[in-house]
Amino acid sequence: MFAFFKKILVVEKKLNRMGLKIIVLAKQVPDTRNVGKDAMKADGTVNRAALPAIFNPEDLNALEQALRLKDQIPGTTVTLLTMGPVRAAEILREGLFRGADDGILLTDRAFAGSDTLATSYALSCAIRKIGKFDLIFAGRQAIDGDTAQVGPQVAEKLGIPQITYAEDVLFVKDGAIRVKRRLERGVEIVEGKLPILVTVNGSAPACRPRNARLLMKYKHATTISERAEKSEDYMALINEKPYLNIKEWSVNDIECDREQLGLSGSPTKVKKIENIVFQVKEAKRLTDSDSDINQLMKELIENHTIG
Amino acid sequence: MKKFENMNNIIVFCEIEDGKVQDVSLELLTKGRKLANELNCKLEALAIGYKLEGIEKQIFPYGVDTLYVVDDAALEHYLTLPYTSITVKLFEEQKPQIALMGATTVGRDLGPRVSSALHSGLTADCTELEIGSHTETKTNKTYDKLLYQIRPAFGGNIIATIINPDCRPQMATVREGVMKKEIVDPNYKGQIVKLEAKKYVNDTDFAVRIIERQMEKSKVNIKNASIIVAGGYGVGSKENFQLLFELAEVLGAEVGASRAAVDAGFAEHDRQIGQTGVTVRPKLYIACGISGQIQHIAGMQESSMIISINSDPYAPINKIADYVITGNVEDVIPKMIKYYKQNTK
Repeated sequence: MFAFFKKILVVEKKLNRMGLKIIVLAKQVPDTRNVGKDAMKADGTVNRAALPAIFNPEDLNALEQALRLKDQIPGTTVTLLTMGPVRAAEILREGLFRGADDGILLTDRAFAGSDTLATSYALSCAIRKIGKFDLIFAGRQAIDGDTAQVGPQVAEKLGIPQITYAEDVLFVKDGAIRVKRRLERGVEIVEGKLPILVTVNGSAPACRPRNARLLMKYKHATTISERAEKSEDYMALINEKPYLNIKEWSVNDIECDREQLGLSGSPTKVKKIENIVFQVKEAKRLTDSDSDINQLMKELIENHTIG
Repeated sequence: MKKFENMNNIIVFCEIEDGKVQDVSLELLTKGRKLANELNCKLEALAIGYKLEGIEKQIFPYGVDTLYVVDDAALEHYLTLPYTSITVKLFEEQKPQIALMGATTVGRDLGPRVSSALHSGLTADCTELEIGSHTETKTNKTYDKLLYQIRPAFGGNIIATIINPDCRPQMATVREGVMKKEIVDPNYKGQIVKLEAKKYVNDTDFAVRIIERQMEKSKVNIKNASIIVAGGYGVGSKENFQLLFELAEVLGAEVGASRAAVDAGFAEHDRQIGQTGVTVRPKLYIACGISGQIQHIAGMQESSMIISINSDPYAPINKIADYVITGNVEDVIPKMIKYYKQNTK
């Protein structure tokens, strides 16, 4: 009997050693996909405040890939890392509800005005502080900028290889990852050595929904800034359940060269922002009646637009 | 790579697939030539691959003065680290003032990596590139002849002009079809500089290897189609999209789609038109159930004629349409097909 237990323990130990340390990079973004009439001001500009802030869609695809590896490989942990305002802790909670083990919010005024390069630098410093890792997942791009630059730039700053446009992780085995990439005109299967950074496409499997048990567990999870005005009862709860504390790091918590952060660390500057104005035409209005459509088709054939 | 002492040339990274320089690269060479004329500098190009003999014949006619070629069996297909090493080292040697790449899966993998290594700014998916000056308000310092990198931002709701005042090269990526390609002179004489792969690439750069590659010749050719039948989320389903294919079939057209329709799974990704898809300029654009998000309109507004079929008479796309048919796609399209079949040979 005793020997049997011992055997199980040994197996578990082995599996634990095989567990991966995964970091997922995520961003809270305004939902620019559906800039409806409500979000447009009278002067035709976008009212950003009217747009909901969401978990960047492809970062959710990235989180799912990490969680699948966690399901497959015992001992794997998934840490969600985001840089943004205090409010961005919302997506960290969202990640905890779906299965991430912990979240880190990197927030500081010193990061304001960062372009992709300065953002990547700050993230890479935070990742160095996290320590040893096997895999970093990130969404291919964020919908507010659509640049797809931060992933590869973080990889470069950390001096690790990258695999972009991933649609599926086929396996992680013997210190290597095999990935299916979705390219413009086909697919590519590639294999890379760990540690490595992988950016995940929107065509990858959608993220699992919130887990009811995890939702209950992490419902009251907060960062220190969010707790500023909380009651004493709540503070007691945090002391009792330390996992409710979402780590919040400022510039003082990471080792970095401040010159490389924010505006001073950003080679690109925004010179000008314009709202888009399209040339409005006077359209001919037609109904869906046979006569209207036949008349239109007749015109198009006669003026050789079609036919 | 801060503060170059001298301002040098423009370089275009040329993407090559099956021995053919990709259209997006030729479009960038065309733009690069114009910028080089304005800046009074040379236009250079970089070609990396395998069996590239004669590749210059495809490149020089676009007005390229110097072509750097790295030809090696290990470099046949794009790999992040080896291609990055070559590009970074070449840029360090040549110190170009501007570097352009296609906003393709290759350019968008390579560009950020190179820009990070050189600490030079990169602007993705530019829709226009111009030369202009800039005065820093705080320091009153004036910069002459900067590259204005103009791109949509915020989901395409605004247009931003980005500059890199101090860092070089000024890097930008541009999507296929956004710029026009134009041969300058079929007999343009350029110089070939062959670079030895070994001097630029380390063995450790091959940390990722390709196991399998399945590339299809693009079946969809919406960029060059003269008639496009495009569908949006309002088409309602993948089944309804079949109607668009039927209309396209009889008209000899291609089928396109909005981002919302692609996201909903109604159409394949390579049919997507708009800022994050392809930019098109057909003579006829039939927009079916497309509301007209700015990001879509930006990719098709230069169509010669636009017909909008939409059940919503106030759909934003109607503002730029020549004809607006208020009705359901599934009612209107069969009527169009019927009339066309009856009245043409």
